[in-house]
Amino acid sequence: MDIVYYLVQNMLPVAIPLLLVALGGMFSERSGVINIGLEGIMLFGAYFGALFVYNVQGTSMGPQTILLLGMLIAGIAGFLYSLLLSFAAVSMKANQVISGTALNMMIPAAVLLFSKMFFNSDGITTNKNFYIREIPILGDIPVIGQLFFQRTYLTVIIGFVFLAIATIVLYKTRFGLRLRACGEHPHAADSVGINVYKMRYAGVSISGVLAGIGGYFYSVGVMDGNVNGHTGVAGFGFLALAVMIFGQWKPIRIMFAALFFAFLRTLAYSVSLIPFLFNLGINQTYYKMLPYLATMLVLALTSKKSRAPKAEGIPYDKSQR
Amino acid sequence: MKDKKGAPRKTKFDIKKITQLQGYSSFTSALMAIVLGLIFGFMVMLFANPGSALAGFRFVVLGGLGRIGDVFYFATPILMTGLAVGFAFKMGLFNIGASGQYTMGLYFALYVAFMWQLPNGIHWMVAILAGMVGGMIWGFIPGFFKAFLNVNEVITSIMFNYIGMYLVDMWIQSNATIYVSSTTRTRYVPMSAQIPSLGISGSNVNFGIVIGILIAIILYIVLQKTTFGYELKATGFNKHASEYAGMKGKKNIVLAMAISGGLAGLGGAFLILAPSGIVGSSMTYEPINIIAANGFNGIAVSLLGHSHPLGIIFSAVFISHIQRGGTLTSLVGYKPEIIDVVIAVIIYFSAFAMIMKSSAGKFIKSKFGKKENKENKVAKEAE
Repeated sequence: MDIVYYLVQNMLPVAIPLLLVALGGMFSERSGVINIGLEGIMLFGAYFGALFVYNVQGTSMGPQTILLLGMLIAGIAGFLYSLLLSFAAVSMKANQVISGTALNMMIPAAVLLFSKMFFNSDGITTNKNFYIREIPILGDIPVIGQLFFQRTYLTVIIGFVFLAIATIVLYKTRFGLRLRACGEHPHAADSVGINVYKMRYAGVSISGVLAGIGGYFYSVGVMDGNVNGHTGVAGFGFLALAVMIFGQWKPIRIMFAALFFAFLRTLAYSVSLIPFLFNLGINQTYYKMLPYLATMLVLALTSKKSRAPKAEGIPYDKSQR
Repeated sequence: MKDKKGAPRKTKFDIKKITQLQGYSSFTSALMAIVLGLIFGFMVMLFANPGSALAGFRFVVLGGLGRIGDVFYFATPILMTGLAVGFAFKMGLFNIGASGQYTMGLYFALYVAFMWQLPNGIHWMVAILAGMVGGMIWGFIPGFFKAFLNVNEVITSIMFNYIGMYLVDMWIQSNATIYVSSTTRTRYVPMSAQIPSLGISGSNVNFGIVIGILIAIILYIVLQKTTFGYELKATGFNKHASEYAGMKGKKNIVLAMAISGGLAGLGGAFLILAPSGIVGSSMTYEPINIIAANGFNGIAVSLLGHSHPLGIIFSAVFISHIQRGGTLTSLVGYKPEIIDVVIAVIIYFSAFAMIMKSSAGKFIKSKFGKKENKENKVAKEAE
């Protein structure tokens, strides 16, 4: 039972960045723009969040306040950076995959450049501890308290709050309906007076905010406050895209997909703690490959009946209506 | 993409005809992306350290000239990954997995170099071919997933970048013949498996660049003069139309990805089988679980060369040139990563350089157009 507690407690901080970034990708693709630059946006947000924490960690501010403020800054940074993609993909009608790839390539190099020049290292390491040993009251609930409210981070709760908001925005608001229309049939949406360009800017911007926050949560919950240009976010931006596809562009399904991948990854990194797996004597590298292999397997099985937004990846040109 | 109207007829030299050529317009839009990228790089340098920005920028632009041998050596792998990305792009496939294919080719080449005993003149050729096979296998997989399982090749190839990287690093680390655990690098490749050097002193440049350029020319011929090349391009233009015309889209997708992977694999082989400046030593590889950057640089090379095999030769040399210049900027306090930033900016702008240029072109034309009309009028009145 201790192993189960351990796995769940370690899985959730990993699942949350995946969940947030995949939700971001969902908003972007539902509006009709493929956002392959999520990886770069994540690292950008994470770096600015860490930069903020680095500068205030000496003050008397409480750790959870710093976490929230850092989240805000990471979100803003992600939003600003994603504007580059919206500008290229929506205003300039450029190839979305290529512009996204450019965003991905820029940030690790820029992080290395500036960290080497100003910090003399590959990145930033903050020493503020955001770890929560036990949340009062909720942590005392038997089983559930141990699973979800002990040895955790505030990020987990925030992540689920974002999930609820995203679901409501996508399905229960006028904005969500219009956003989805732009991803399915932009010309029809335009003909009833929806500004497709504006909606797509909104979709990409939301994905920027969520990816920035997701990247920051990754650095807090997975990397223990370290952000560097070499490992970056270790392909989480790409994994999030796979999670989004596995989740069929639907928020709740995306959550389950994120939990599934996070579980596999946690398992891969805690093989030595699980006697049964450890005794099998399989090279640990195979376990590290597991999330990626599982992605491929899942995609191979599900993509025949893919429910991708119909107009995704196609720049909208008003004059072609 | 051919512009039949713009092709120069056999009349006298005419600057206007040249400006209408497709090659010319790709060239100017690539140039524009480069200039914007360099300006951005300069601004980053100014921001980081204003005092030495000019000196650093001079290194970036001119630094490579003093090390022409190294420029060509480092151009070889990115020429191959550039060709890989460009070839797939001709068919509308975005092969972002060149990194994984490159790493796989690198391993296959290493394996043959260390584990097979072959006669002197043949060993390195077999090792190169092995690299190609390794890359082909790794390119075949995303092609298969795309064609038969309807999985987007971008996601597949990204996933296989990671899988390939982990696999290769594990294989190398567990093989004592290849790997030296005390230096955490691979051993020097046996002499018989090293690609013959071109003999430029102080650099690693070798016969690989010649093979690479030959391959680029062959690819050009395949794309322009063969049915297979035509089918590839037709499928890239309009998948449904080409299928309707009886072309086997699925087979072509798998084939194109396998060839693309093979090209990237060759890049890995060319990198690792290269002799270094010191006699007997060669390049080594360090398995530290990092995705090979050369695969991504291939995307930049391919975009700058507009996916045209001959254009890619020049863009590979150019990117390699500014990379060499970038390493020199550390003399004035910058870091070589500045070049990766510049390359990313170049990719970003080349994604929409064509559109930007055409709007700029319209603007110029509207000015010039009026002038011409006036001149015509004057001429008519004179008559």
